Amino acid sequence: MATLSVCQPQLGGFSFENCKRNAVLEAEVTKLGCNIPSARKTGTTICGVVFKDGIVLGADTRATEGMIVADKNCSKIHYISPNIYCCGAGTAADTEMTTQIISSNLELHSLSTSRLPRVATANRMLKQMLFRYQGHIGAALVLGGVDCNGPHLYSIYPHGSTDKLPYVTMGSGSLAAMAVFEDRYKQDMEEEDAKRLVRDAIAAGIFNDLGSGSNIDLCVITKGRVDYLRPHDMANKKGVRCVYEHEALPHQTGNYKYKQGTTGVLTKSVIKLDLEVVEETVQTMDTS
Amino acid sequence: MNTRGLRSQLKDSVPVTGMGQQVGAYGVQDTLRSGFSSVKNELLPSHALELSEKNFQLNQDKMNFSNLRNIQGLHAPRKLQMEYRAARQIQRLPFLQSSHLALDTLKGNDESISFEDILNDPSQSEMVGEPHIMMEYKLGLM
Repeated sequence: MATLSVCQPQLGGFSFENCKRNAVLEAEVTKLGCNIPSARKTGTTICGVVFKDGIVLGADTRATEGMIVADKNCSKIHYISPNIYCCGAGTAADTEMTTQIISSNLELHSLSTSRLPRVATANRMLKQMLFRYQGHIGAALVLGGVDCNGPHLYSIYPHGSTDKLPYVTMGSGSLAAMAVFEDRYKQDMEEEDAKRLVRDAIAAGIFNDLGSGSNIDLCVITKGRVDYLRPHDMANKKGVRCVYEHEALPHQTGNYKYKQGTTGVLTKSVIKLDLEVVEETVQTMDTS
Repeated sequence: MNTRGLRSQLKDSVPVTGMGQQVGAYGVQDTLRSGFSSVKNELLPSHALELSEKNFQLNQDKMNFSNLRNIQGLHAPRKLQMEYRAARQIQRLPFLQSSHLALDTLKGNDESISFEDILNDPSQSEMVGEPHIMMEYKLGLM
């Protein structure tokens, strides 16, 4: 009987068949007191700044799943086109798929126009797609690049609104990073100053926000050159206590193993186990 | 992809009344083709996006044609719709997978990728329609 109802041609795209079933399952499970697994988010600090010759984008590298760190070193700066890169905050799968789809679309577009793609094109494609899905795709993005009209920086929210600004931050650590930007941003900075500013902003997010952590990735885009610095700064090394500005060297975590002879030995007895060879087989390894 | 959404064009969009019952030949529920009816399934969509996604392509097309008519005159959308109708007929039998190459080229879908191409590819679907029933439905014999 089920096959008789398949008379209409099937379309691709999202299928909402299981939504009612999922809602019922969720209600049942919360009645029992358990939790359904949550999507992996990148509770994040991402930011971008426009300097004299181009753009610096920065991101931390922690991906969280509820209260657990799911990925200690994930890459949040995604490639869109040779001159455009995009940082993504929000649900990790959504940012990944969205940036890949837009990257493919931009590639097809630039092949058909035979020109280097513009940042405004990427921005418009992203905002139209995110608005179509009314915020259900949880992707908050910082899009930056250099095209024929100069450097451009956009921030794109999950519901589809965009802002074109000289410095932007997104993610759960955005307030900490924005505080650093508001204090020290100047127009037409040099590249080293811009890199230091972005590094400090991301570090502020890492140390003051639980959803951000691990290392700092930077991406410097100028006309004709892209420097993808991953990792630019390993702010949190495992086993090393963190560096404060007033201390000269980072010190190792203490060694808590006891020396041989700390515990006095009262008696010692050695029992030899007699093991005899029962069977011996040789298996040749296939090294072709 | 998206033309400017002028408010005056919205009057042409497909009215969103609900999931709607599948009404058969005699005005009653078509149990043979669409299964047993359930009021709960039909009153509310199971997801906020379900209705808007179902009508998205239709609304886009209506808006684009309406714009084109205002800019270039009635002949432009008419000619395009005629070409679409001709291209839509180039396909295999209903239960087989057709590539819709001509239709996609006309609509410009060959130069863009979206979720329709990645998720739920119809050529990979596990359900296949019963060939005789689908042919009879297409020819209007049933």
